[in-house]
This record gives sequence, structure tokens and C-alpha cells, in this order.
Amino acid sequence: MAQSLDRLKESPSQTAGPYVHIGLTPNFCGIGGVYPSDLGSTMVNDQTKGERIDLRIRVLDGTGTPLKDALIEIWQADSNGLYNSPAELRCAADPNFQGWGRQPTDMETGVCLFQTIKPGRVPFRDGRLMAPHITLWIVARGINIGLHTRLYFSDEEEANAEDPILARIEHRVRVPTLIAERQGDTYVFDVHLQGEKETVFFDS
Amino acid sequence: MPELGSNRMPETGAFFQRDRRWHPPALTPNYKTSVLRSPQKALLAFDNTASELTGPVFGHAMLGELDNDLIHNFARPGERALGERIIVYGRVLDERGKGVPGALLEFWQANSGGRYRHKKDGYLAPLDPNFGGCGRTITGEDGGYAFRTVKPGPYPWPNGPNDWRPSHIHFSIFGHAFAQRLITQMYFEGDPLIWKCPIVRGIRDKAAIETLIAALDMQATIPMDARAYKFDVVLRGRRSSLFENRPEGN
Repeated sequence: MAQSLDRLKESPSQTAGPYVHIGLTPNFCGIGGVYPSDLGSTMVNDQTKGERIDLRIRVLDGTGTPLKDALIEIWQADSNGLYNSPAELRCAADPNFQGWGRQPTDMETGVCLFQTIKPGRVPFRDGRLMAPHITLWIVARGINIGLHTRLYFSDEEEANAEDPILARIEHRVRVPTLIAERQGDTYVFDVHLQGEKETVFFDS
Repeated sequence: MPELGSNRMPETGAFFQRDRRWHPPALTPNYKTSVLRSPQKALLAFDNTASELTGPVFGHAMLGELDNDLIHNFARPGERALGERIIVYGRVLDERGKGVPGALLEFWQANSGGRYRHKKDGYLAPLDPNFGGCGRTITGEDGGYAFRTVKPGPYPWPNGPNDWRPSHIHFSIFGHAFAQRLITQMYFEGDPLIWKCPIVRGIRDKAAIETLIAALDMQATIPMDARAYKFDVVLRGRRSSLFENRPEGN
């Protein structure tokens, strides 16, 4: 026997279930007066630097039906490509932009809306720049472990073409599953959980 | 960098690979909703980039006085939630066994009769006018946390004709990086429903399931008031950044 590595195991994930709103967006589901507002519901203020954009996201199951009980969190850099995080060692990010947002999908339409800014480019591990992107984390009833993916932008063709993560996708036909379509100031993004258009999900 | 000690250098090493055999797989057919909501293609694996190594910070300043007290945080003045009074306490650790300070924990649960305050829940058991079902706290310097609540009841759910969820509390945890993001459920020692539940049994390893069962701790009770359950949560650990590859010049 060799020595023990003395490591613990990560706690196993369990589904967020159908009542995730009670814990994470209580005001949205009618539980008022406990918290002043739902955490992550507002991402920008008047002072936030950068181009205002809206994200219109849906999550579709294997039949193409939008989930009406999902919850999405996003995490992104500021307009200069800096994260508002202690682990960001390059320099301080925009103090008026936390970079984190949380929204439930609408209980009738399944649409999830974020009002944010377009992120700048963030360096990859080797110093090359990644294309502007937003990290997504999706939970819902029936999802046993939170799904991690990214949203890239349709009007960043050049940057997308040299993005080191997009470049790792072996089946090029799947790259568009990560690219949101610009319609005015809104980017429209459908996440497909299954099927021919299944979104590329990450293990990172 | 609110709330964190000013002389603590943030860690920036990449996280240990997630052991996906330890977690439930996406597709667990006995939990029927997973059938159409489980990705079927292989995940794209890559070492963490800045987008996964960073994460938002939540300061203690955002917490209200009753945020970690579900017995009182929704109750009418002078009243309290109905049910078995308990304290849930523990630590948030990483896989290296280090406490994770400043972690935001959010919890939600059914009331003592097994009913959620949610329009999608039509179970016969009544709502408790003094119980909302949500709470939150932020871990201290050693990763410790505690909150007060009532023990949630088990309840039937329309998966099989006679499936019951064991008593459980949902936990959402933010560590120091988005790569550590985790949602899980805490179960209660001795509950026979744990081993019958299709959601629990999506986890294949019995030892993994046991890490989600809180232990009754009669040494941490408040006599004549509340029993205590201990529940530690483990988030992904990270590599030392001492020998990380870096571009020349850095």
C-alpha cells in the first residue's frame, strides 16, 4: 500500500428540482419579504461600461419543447475582458459590473431574458485571446448535474474563427450550437438538450 | 475583494477533473424527467480557462438578520413555523480538505408536512402560513456555516404510481470559481425513503449517497429547543499553481 492522498470526493450533484425558484428566485415565485430582491436579477446600472445587449435564451428538451421550470446563471467578463473576481490578477474589472446574472425561464413561454453588456475578449491559458463569450450554467428538474456551456456572438465571426475552445470541437457542424444570433440589440440563443442540434456541453 | 482577508493571495490553479462516475449520470431512466432532458453526446473536455477559474464574490453585507433562520424569516411577527425544530450546521470544504471561506449557500425545502410554497405543488398537505422555505448564509473563515429550520416532511411525487421523496433540503453552493458551482440535496440520517428514491439512486455508488446524508448530532443540539444535523459539503479542489505552464515572461 502506498500512502493515502487524503483527498475528499466532491459532493455528488442532485437535481435542482421543480421548486428551484423557492431557493434561488423567491420573489419571482411569490415568496416576498424574505430577501429585498432576487440575487442576480439586475446586472447593469447607469455607470456600467460597455454595449448594452439583451440575451433571449430558451432551453429545449428532446421533443423541442421549451423548459418552463429551468434556471440559468451566466458569468462573463466586463467590456474590457476582465472578470470581477479575486482570481482576476491582471487588473480591476469595472466596479459597476459584477458579471454574474441569474434568471428563471418564464413559466408560460420558457423564455429567459438577461439584460447585460457585451463582454470583451479574455486570454486563453497560452495568452491567445478567446472570442467574446458568456458562460452558462443550466439547472432544472430532470437535470441531474448542472449543464455548463458558452454563448458566443454571431457578429464576432473573426474572433470566433480563432477561438481556442471552439477550435476544439471535432464535429464542425456542432459549432453553431454555441453561437447566439444577433437580432437588433438582442442575441437569441436556443439550448438543445438532445437531438441533432444538441448543444455542445462542457466538462471543464 | 469584500470580506476576504486582505493579505490572502487568491488561488488560481486549475480544478481537479470532475469524477463524473461519482455524480449521477445525466440519463437516469428511473427518474423519468431525465429521459428527455439529458444530453446524449460526449461533453467537450478542456482544462479551465479564466472563465471557469473566476467567479462572483458575495459579501456578508448582503445578508439579512433572519436569512439563516427559516423558522422566522417568513413568519408573522411573534409567530414561527410549525414542525420539528432543527439546526443544520457543517463546513464547506474542497477536495483537498481545506475550508472554503466566503461561500454563498442557498437552501430551499418543503414545510414540515412535505408541501412547497410554489404554485406547481398541489400536494394535499397544507401550507404553513409562517413558512416560506428559503434561506441563505455565507461561510466563515474556516468554511463553517449554520442555519435554523424545521425538518421538511417527505412527500409523494408523480414519477411512479407510489414514489415518495425522502425528507431533504436543497443546497446551492458558490465556491471561489464558477467551475465549483454545485447544487445538491441533503438527506437525514435514518430515513428509509432515501434508499427507495429514484433521484437518490441515480447516484451509483452507495458511498457517494452516504456523503449526502446528514448525521444527527446530539452534542450540538440546543436542549429544550432544537436537534442538530451535521452536513459537510465538498467542492472541487484545485491544483497548486506553483508549477503551472505560463507563457514566457510571466
